[in-house]
Amino acid sequence: MSSEAAAHHDDHTPSYWSWKRWVYSTNHKDIGTMYLVFAILAGIIGGAMSGLIRWELAEPGLQVFNNGFWGNSHNYNVITAMHGLIMIFFMVMPAMIGGFGNWFVPLMIGAPDMAFPRMNNISFWLLPFSFSLLLLSMFVPGVGGDNGFGGGWVMYPPLSTSGHNGPAFDLVILSLHIAGVSSILGAINFITTIFNMRAPGMTLHKMPLFAWATLVTAFLLLLSVPVLAGALTMLLTDRNFGTTFFDPAGGGDPIMFQHLFWFFGHPEVYILILPGFGIISHIVSTFSRKPVFGYLGMAYAMVAIGFIGFIVWAHHMYTVGMNVNLKAYFVAATMIIAVPTGIKIFSWIATMWGGSISFRTPMIWAIGFIFLFTVGGVTGVMLANAGVDQAFHDTYYVVAHFHYVLSLGAVFSIFAGFYYWYEKIFGVKYNEMLANIQFFFFFVGANLIFFPQHFLGMAGMPRRYVDYSDGYAFWNMVSSIGYVVMLVGMFFFLLVLVESILLRNTPKRRPEANPWGESATTLEWTLSSPPPFHQFNELPKIK
Amino acid sequence: MRFQAALIAFIASILFASGASATVRGIATDKQVSLQEAATPVMEAITSFHSMVLWIITIITLVVLALLLWVIVRYNAKANPNPSKFSHNTLVEIIWTAVPVLILVVIAVPSFRLLYLEDVLPTEQNEAGETVSAVDMTIKVTGNQWNWTYAYPDQGGFEFISSMVAAEDIGPGQHRNLSADLPMVVPAGQTVRLEVTASDVIHNWAMPAFGIKMDAIPGRLNETWFYVEQEGVYFGQCSELCGRDHSFMPIELHVVPQDVFDRWIAAAQNDPYTAPEVLTAYYQTQGETQLAALR
Repeated sequence: MSSEAAAHHDDHTPSYWSWKRWVYSTNHKDIGTMYLVFAILAGIIGGAMSGLIRWELAEPGLQVFNNGFWGNSHNYNVITAMHGLIMIFFMVMPAMIGGFGNWFVPLMIGAPDMAFPRMNNISFWLLPFSFSLLLLSMFVPGVGGDNGFGGGWVMYPPLSTSGHNGPAFDLVILSLHIAGVSSILGAINFITTIFNMRAPGMTLHKMPLFAWATLVTAFLLLLSVPVLAGALTMLLTDRNFGTTFFDPAGGGDPIMFQHLFWFFGHPEVYILILPGFGIISHIVSTFSRKPVFGYLGMAYAMVAIGFIGFIVWAHHMYTVGMNVNLKAYFVAATMIIAVPTGIKIFSWIATMWGGSISFRTPMIWAIGFIFLFTVGGVTGVMLANAGVDQAFHDTYYVVAHFHYVLSLGAVFSIFAGFYYWYEKIFGVKYNEMLANIQFFFFFVGANLIFFPQHFLGMAGMPRRYVDYSDGYAFWNMVSSIGYVVMLVGMFFFLLVLVESILLRNTPKRRPEANPWGESATTLEWTLSSPPPFHQFNELPKIK
Repeated sequence: MRFQAALIAFIASILFASGASATVRGIATDKQVSLQEAATPVMEAITSFHSMVLWIITIITLVVLALLLWVIVRYNAKANPNPSKFSHNTLVEIIWTAVPVLILVVIAVPSFRLLYLEDVLPTEQNEAGETVSAVDMTIKVTGNQWNWTYAYPDQGGFEFISSMVAAEDIGPGQHRNLSADLPMVVPAGQTVRLEVTASDVIHNWAMPAFGIKMDAIPGRLNETWFYVEQEGVYFGQCSELCGRDHSFMPIELHVVPQDVFDRWIAAAQNDPYTAPEVLTAYYQTQGETQLAALR
């Protein structure tokens, strides 16, 4: 490219309405925005599915999946499986890593773009195809005369092999393969960007914590997703080409799949939450007007969590009949995770300690996150003990636990980051009142949904039940009411978006480069809102 | 006198309206906020361990909540306009690393004791002072889509299939989604070994009041055990997603005295599908005895 062409390229920002800008995009900010929009759309679909689940479970008996419009109990299983897969692969991961990661890792480390801009494009554009295949799977034969794959997001064989003879699950495999390729490409891109494109003077030990979080997350992706790909390929050949990797009749073992799946699956849950840890650190520091307490401890706590995350996978499998000494090891290893997690919780509080806290919208979400993540974390300590897990395994106690760390942990940190960077991304201020109302409904609603599920789990209610016995009626009703409350919050979220679009040209909504003041120290706040199409043509120097 | 007669008639009507069925012990009650009542030593151990850990995690959560509320009240922008700039305190960091480690050790010791209690089959000393297995009998459980096969290898090897009673067929004293047509029967006060497997996909034989949850996996024989003193009916449910009717393959288990169990075995060896009549007759006489005692 001649220097003239490069100069021309620099000052030319393509129109929002040019389709080429988006389809051919190699710009990390545009790709990040597409990821965010994609995540919102997928989140609405996945959230609507959880609405069907809570509607079905509101009362004993079959309300929704009663052989009517929504189908039968198999279709309920399809909905729970798709809800899990969509929320993990097409909502949280695209929002955190694809959305915020793409937007802010280059900005925070002072880089002009990602290391491999074209690979970034393909990382994103694989996702709509992957998502389409997943949605399509719901409408092709799964088992018998029923459509869709109803084997849970964990896809355990033999239910996913001989238990689902139709092509629906083959589409799910293909979908996840494509999503996996997208994740691996993204991870390679982030690792290369962070290692090679930091601004002069920005050593790893000066790098913002969100970039640290993304770096650790990218390594987890790079090491765990190929294991999932291998396991899925073995499922594919077991189903279609006569291999028996997981079929005992041919010398295989169904438990082997569970080991492979959870070797991916456990790091995956840290992939979902680690970027949130990074976001929360920035927000807490900004609004407390204090530097992050124990910066290095925070960074290496994430590294430790990422490392330990790889050696605890079988705590998802305490009831498969494992050797008791092996179970004892996984109990010990799992409980150790509580230590670095505790360091993070206490360091956030210590960051606030002595600060001058202003309760702007992102800070409210962040404080909500810290408390709810603590609740989800301590029930994790309970479940880590194989002895008591024999009572809680596959009950609603587990459902409550992982929704506290994901639905109230990861999702709250996504909203915290969304409002923290809203102005920077979209170039318009949002209505704080509406956003705070959304927080209120989300906080009350999510707690109302998930706290009673601890009680259901203690009383023994199993997961993935379309219809429960009458002794579980009351708390299920409370939980379903909580869903309605959260739905109101969701409407306020959409209202925030629409309102800010409609009022974008009014003077009150004009964006500032740095609306949060001098305690917002990372490099994205040194640029205009939204930043120029290409930034840091002259690299910033970090002292 | 008339009041007493009315009371007896009332109690009698309850006893007979319920088909004079046995006392149900292992079942969830609505609005329950605790574990199901323990029926085995293992579940008693789980319950006490759970209570201990629940105390610890509740206190931790409340401490975090208190700290958050304190910083919100004390260090908001109005109360503290000038933030301090510290970002390190080695002593505090050592404390909040070391104290959680100590708490985890406190949890781990009883946790391992519980784990080995559950997992290792009980043993006893015989007259010669040798350690021998304390298992009195074995039952083989096979999970199928969507019912359970129970086999009694020690009592002649008969087996039968136990399916859910459909909602429209629920009789008096039965429970929707929990009652089975042919219950599993075990004697009270005996150590029972379960061998659990499956014929098609993975299932899970779970009995909350016993503290048991064991995967039923094709091609694999998993082993667990229980010991119940108290007679009664206990309910459990399949706890590993197994397809369309995963919610509809419950476990109904009757714990009866040894002599009733022996009569049930004799009948079941002949025809397992009519053997529950022995139980019905037993509950009937038991109901009459209770009634006579009242008179």
